[in-house]
Amino acid sequence: MISALLAAGARLVAGGTVRWAQLPADTRQRVFFANHTSHLDFILIWSSLPPRLRSKARPVAAGDYWERGPIRRYLAHRVFKAVLIERAGSAGDDDRGPEARGREAVARMVEGLGSDSSLIVFPEGTRGSGEHVAQFKSGLYYLCRERPDLELVPVRLENLNRVLPKGEVIPVPMISRISFGSPMGLVEGEPKEAFLERARRAVEELADS
Amino acid sequence: MSVFRDHELLWLMAGLATLLLVATATGQVLERVVVTAPARATVDNVNARVRAWWVMSLAFAVAVASGGIGSVFLFALISFLALREFVTLSPTSRADHAALVWSFFLVIPLQYVLVGVKWYGLFSIMIPVYGFLFVTARLVLAGETERFLARAAVIQWGLMACVYCVSYAPALLLLDVKGPAHVNAKLLFFLVVVVQLSDVFQYVWGKLAGRRPIAPAISPNKTWEGFVGGVGCAVLLGTSLWWATPFNPWQAALMALAIAVMGFVGGLVMSAIKRDRGVKDYGALIEGHGGVLDRVDSLLFAAPLFFHLTRFFF
Repeated sequence: MISALLAAGARLVAGGTVRWAQLPADTRQRVFFANHTSHLDFILIWSSLPPRLRSKARPVAAGDYWERGPIRRYLAHRVFKAVLIERAGSAGDDDRGPEARGREAVARMVEGLGSDSSLIVFPEGTRGSGEHVAQFKSGLYYLCRERPDLELVPVRLENLNRVLPKGEVIPVPMISRISFGSPMGLVEGEPKEAFLERARRAVEELADS
Repeated sequence: MSVFRDHELLWLMAGLATLLLVATATGQVLERVVVTAPARATVDNVNARVRAWWVMSLAFAVAVASGGIGSVFLFALISFLALREFVTLSPTSRADHAALVWSFFLVIPLQYVLVGVKWYGLFSIMIPVYGFLFVTARLVLAGETERFLARAAVIQWGLMACVYCVSYAPALLLLDVKGPAHVNAKLLFFLVVVVQLSDVFQYVWGKLAGRRPIAPAISPNKTWEGFVGGVGCAVLLGTSLWWATPFNPWQAALMALAIAVMGFVGGLVMSAIKRDRGVKDYGALIEGHGGVLDRVDSLLFAAPLFFHLTRFFF
């Protein structure tokens, strides 16, 4: 109910054209990975998924942001059923290294996938300017190593950085474009850097074509 | 809802429904008859438009039938969506964010509240005077000087066109005119039906007989044949609706002429803006129609003039 209202609100403010390279016919487990430019990104991707996929899609979000305050906690846990991870670069209250946190994040994502959920991830790790897609964090690669059966779908968001630029609280209504690309996966024996760059390019090349 | 006991309004609605039924039937026949690919594309586009017309007519009928408040809400939503499209295609800068937020979430609601409470004095100057000053002031406070005047002008123009001009349509409900019962609702009906059907007539005449473009640099589809045939039909339509207005047949014909000509100019202006931005349609919100702005471009220019002509003479 609340999620439906939020999705309708997000569409009224920032909804726009949704394009699919190939509309998924089944509900197999997928990872939708997108460029990250605003706080509205997840909810817009989520609301543009067909209903049968939407109910299974969980966002992967930063715990240090979403655990702060009762409203964010409620939204993250109850409404979106988010998989909260600690960002490798965040100042955690423990002294584990970034690698240990990375491993933990992947474990959380695998756990979050369970046997029938899909994930929406933003592998850039933080919000960018919207023009270029920044280098991806390694989590996507390790996740694919753990679960090679997953179908990876690149998603490109355009114009959302103008709707809600970093540092602003109230969005300016604008028409966005969401493009879902052709599914891809980790090739047997593909090195980490090559895979991450290939995934990043898949998102970048989806821009206005 | 006493409007439902108003036989004239019911006749108008029935007329609209009949027109849509005829259009739907014609579209179905054309779909079976037409064979060539370009003609098919045209027919598909026309049928998509007719389907959208059903939805829009229904929303409009509900708004009119609800008396004042439904129309105020409907046109406020239209303003919101139109401004959203306009801003999307405008080269706004990061520094315009606050001014734009205020435009959407303060100026639009305020303008329509003024219509709703029938405060003509403030309604008619709020955006041209205070909106004008406010946008400039807010932009200068943001501290970005690059293209300052151009950025201010874009926001001010967007507010004038998408909010101020559109709000003149529901503002017909605050006019104090003598005429048949529910005359204000009928005036709104008259304006919207004449302006929209004038577009349709011009489109059809242009497709059938269009030869000489009026402004080839702006829109190759707008021809003298389409203009004359379309405006002529719109005038006939307006004249035939005189019984539902405060006008006599001659006055209704002149009003329809003013509406159709202004509507044409409005469409041309929006085409020029689109061409400058390098896009064909303002959005993809209404199937077959492009965006909301593509649908209300003619209303933008026609509504204020029709309002003031009616207010001055009747």
